[in-house]
Amino acid sequence: MNQDRFDYILHLADNALITGHRLSEWTGHGPSVEQDIAMSNIALDLVGQSRNLYQYAASMKEGATEDTLAYLRDAREFKNLLIAETGNGDWAKTITRLFFFSAYQSCLYEHMRSLRDEMLRAIAEKSLKEVTYHVRWSGDWVIRLGDGTPESRSRMEKAIDALWPLTGEMFEPAPYEKALIPSQLAVDVAALKQEWMHKITGVLDNAGCRLPAPGSWMQSGGKTGIHTEALGLLLAEMQFLQRAYPGCNW
Amino acid sequence: MNHEEPLWEVFIRSRQGLDHKHVGSLHAADAPTAIENARDVYTRRMEGVSIWVVASRDIHASSPEDAASFYDPANDKIYRHPTFYDLPDEVKHM
Repeated sequence: MNQDRFDYILHLADNALITGHRLSEWTGHGPSVEQDIAMSNIALDLVGQSRNLYQYAASMKEGATEDTLAYLRDAREFKNLLIAETGNGDWAKTITRLFFFSAYQSCLYEHMRSLRDEMLRAIAEKSLKEVTYHVRWSGDWVIRLGDGTPESRSRMEKAIDALWPLTGEMFEPAPYEKALIPSQLAVDVAALKQEWMHKITGVLDNAGCRLPAPGSWMQSGGKTGIHTEALGLLLAEMQFLQRAYPGCNW
Repeated sequence: MNHEEPLWEVFIRSRQGLDHKHVGSLHAADAPTAIENARDVYTRRMEGVSIWVVASRDIHASSPEDAASFYDPANDKIYRHPTFYDLPDEVKHM
């Protein structure tokens, strides 16, 4: 087994699963039934993407299944971005996170379609359609909130300030990515930054929101397993059933 | 939130070539949002290939109280159905 490839695929899968799980926490709590369903749909899209990726990763490792990878690893072994695990906060924060993350996934999957890995190409192709809608949906909400009432505007600004420091590591290749980029088995995320900025600034301009000054401090670590407290609590809930009743099925 | 947002009627075309059918209604702040909401609420099980939304306030409906005067008079006008003509066998697809 090539550890770098395995780690890379886990990183991709963890991003989708943890973001999807976070969004699923809105189920039954959305501001209206329409938004509740939209959020659950997107959560399901992401969990579906993570399943495809976990199944692929599991095929490389003796004894692993998609379930052992999702439910039986501890926080230190998760490689998701910090922005995926951060708490939902209010609607503005959830929307902003989804928008930043979906725009990132959209750039990433776009480039993943030309990797020298047939399975990742296929997963990217399938996921890109879903992600295109996530970008559109969350982007529309960013505009609605940013260009809405003084209350929604100030919540948007708070959300952007809170999430901005977590966007830096999206574009910092982890060691396993660096090892794979020369052989075109991983996307060079450093090269996505401009494309991503272009995607988000168009929407933020429409929303009347500004980004923090360039060069501000960025937090990283998620991609190599150095997480915030939020992930441990999320896993405690997400993994509870498999931990308490190993192998249980329903 | 819902109390402030207008109601929209949703019409879905399930396949190319078929008519849009009324499937229900939902709340949304504006038309683009209504379409996105309709996509999420009414097409998640592959129900559609096209969506129309119409602001419910723009629909003018007949009143149930008028039912007797509107529809009952048609009951005994069977001659309005085109079933009293003898068609030659050569005429198909009528």
